[in-house]
Amino acid sequence: MRKIFVDVYAHFSKEGEITPISFVWLDGKTYEIDKIIEKRNAASLKSGGQGIRYKILVRSKVLYLFCDENRWFLEFI
Amino acid sequence: MGRVILHVDLNNFYASVECLYQPELKNKPVAVCGESELRHGIVLAKNQIAKSYGVQTGEVIWQALKKCPNLVILKPNFPLYIRFSKLAQQIYSEYTDLIEPFGIDECWLDVTESTKILGSGRKIAYEIKERIKAELGLTVSVGVSFNKVFAKLGSDYKKPDAVTVITKENFKQIVWPLPAKDLLYVGSATEKKLSSIAIYTIGDIARSSPEYLKRILGKWGEVLWIFANGLDTTPVTPPIFEDNVKGIGNSITLPRDLNCLNDAEYVLRMLSESVAQRLRQQYLKCCTVQIWIRDSSLFSITRQEKLKNPTFLAREIFQKAFEIFKKHWNFKTPIRSLGIRALDLVCANSPYQLEFNSMEKLKLEELEKTIDKIRRRFGQSAVLPAILLSKTDLPCQIPLHNQIHPVAFFK
Repeated sequence: MRKIFVDVYAHFSKEGEITPISFVWLDGKTYEIDKIIEKRNAASLKSGGQGIRYKILVRSKVLYLFCDENRWFLEFI
Repeated sequence: MGRVILHVDLNNFYASVECLYQPELKNKPVAVCGESELRHGIVLAKNQIAKSYGVQTGEVIWQALKKCPNLVILKPNFPLYIRFSKLAQQIYSEYTDLIEPFGIDECWLDVTESTKILGSGRKIAYEIKERIKAELGLTVSVGVSFNKVFAKLGSDYKKPDAVTVITKENFKQIVWPLPAKDLLYVGSATEKKLSSIAIYTIGDIARSSPEYLKRILGKWGEVLWIFANGLDTTPVTPPIFEDNVKGIGNSITLPRDLNCLNDAEYVLRMLSESVAQRLRQQYLKCCTVQIWIRDSSLFSITRQEKLKNPTFLAREIFQKAFEIFKKHWNFKTPIRSLGIRALDLVCANSPYQLEFNSMEKLKLEELEKTIDKIRRRFGQSAVLPAILLSKTDLPCQIPLHNQIHPVAFFK
């Protein structure tokens, strides 16, 4: 499992809630996040790291997007 | 209903955090060690694989490498460990507000009241264990018991990733056969004394008479007897209920020995900047300055003196520390470590006797507070005393540690 750091566009609400909207993949393309299925604190045991884990749906593919101390990464096979 | 106390211990803490961030190391023996170039080269933590080779915490790197030549040695990353320690405490705080940290990786939790809603101590312990694993990627061992001493014993009893429940009914079977050294406050010296009178297990301590133990070990003899019999009643005390801090100090082991007064002045200046900054952060002043010196043969002394007036000024703390130093050290042996501690703390706005130069002092206080602001914005090295730029072979950064160290069991 690889760990790929990505640039993320996110919405910061008045209440302080951060919602990722899209991310920039290695090819430079921006991918919209279609749905956030789940948000929780979790460890990334396979690619290494810990943070807020967003289980996201992108073009009908489920991915795990982590926010680890303000750096965002994707767990990717 | 009796008390329900949990002791949660993050297993191989530093090494586990490192392995979490570098999963490729998971199947290798790993040790987190101080930097040998800076002469801090001892094993601070090791993972389970390194442990199986016999690598021990506290031993020097070359000894560890002798036991395990393919040992992966990592430098410590304290800010990361502190972050994980806080995250773990956040999880504990969802079960009780009575949390007492004992170092960076251990906590006692009093969940007596929570059991009425959340289920038994055992259930809470398993839940915490699983949450820490899922949310932080670390394993813990948890001891559940009716007092703090047995809860700690429980967390040491089976590790890693385990829960041990010690009750009033089973403690004689679980605790009493354990070696005496497993009991809190039985160090190697006490263990030696105990074995000289044929006391080898915790059960042996429990079955002796407290008067006899008191004759051999002084007042601690009686305390150990109380511990061994499960009669400890010390409460779980969250830090906010603690007495005010007793002192603020910093010490440093240097990359090379200090041989002259000029070297000592340099290091004392650096330490006093750090101590003063931490005093100001906590809105405190000190009335006494203490210095600690350890020479190259590891012999150490502490000396202290009172100040005329309470202060949080780095320059006043330094002046006093340097004065004490000059009085008590003659460099017959070179110095390996130095420390400064600010004692007799009072609130920063407590009244004191005005002096002729009081206005001058107020100006200096404002000046040093301004330096704090600059350092907060631009980093610790943004403003440094010029002397700290004079030596390239000694560290010049002003440490601003605020780590959790185990506090005394008794308060």
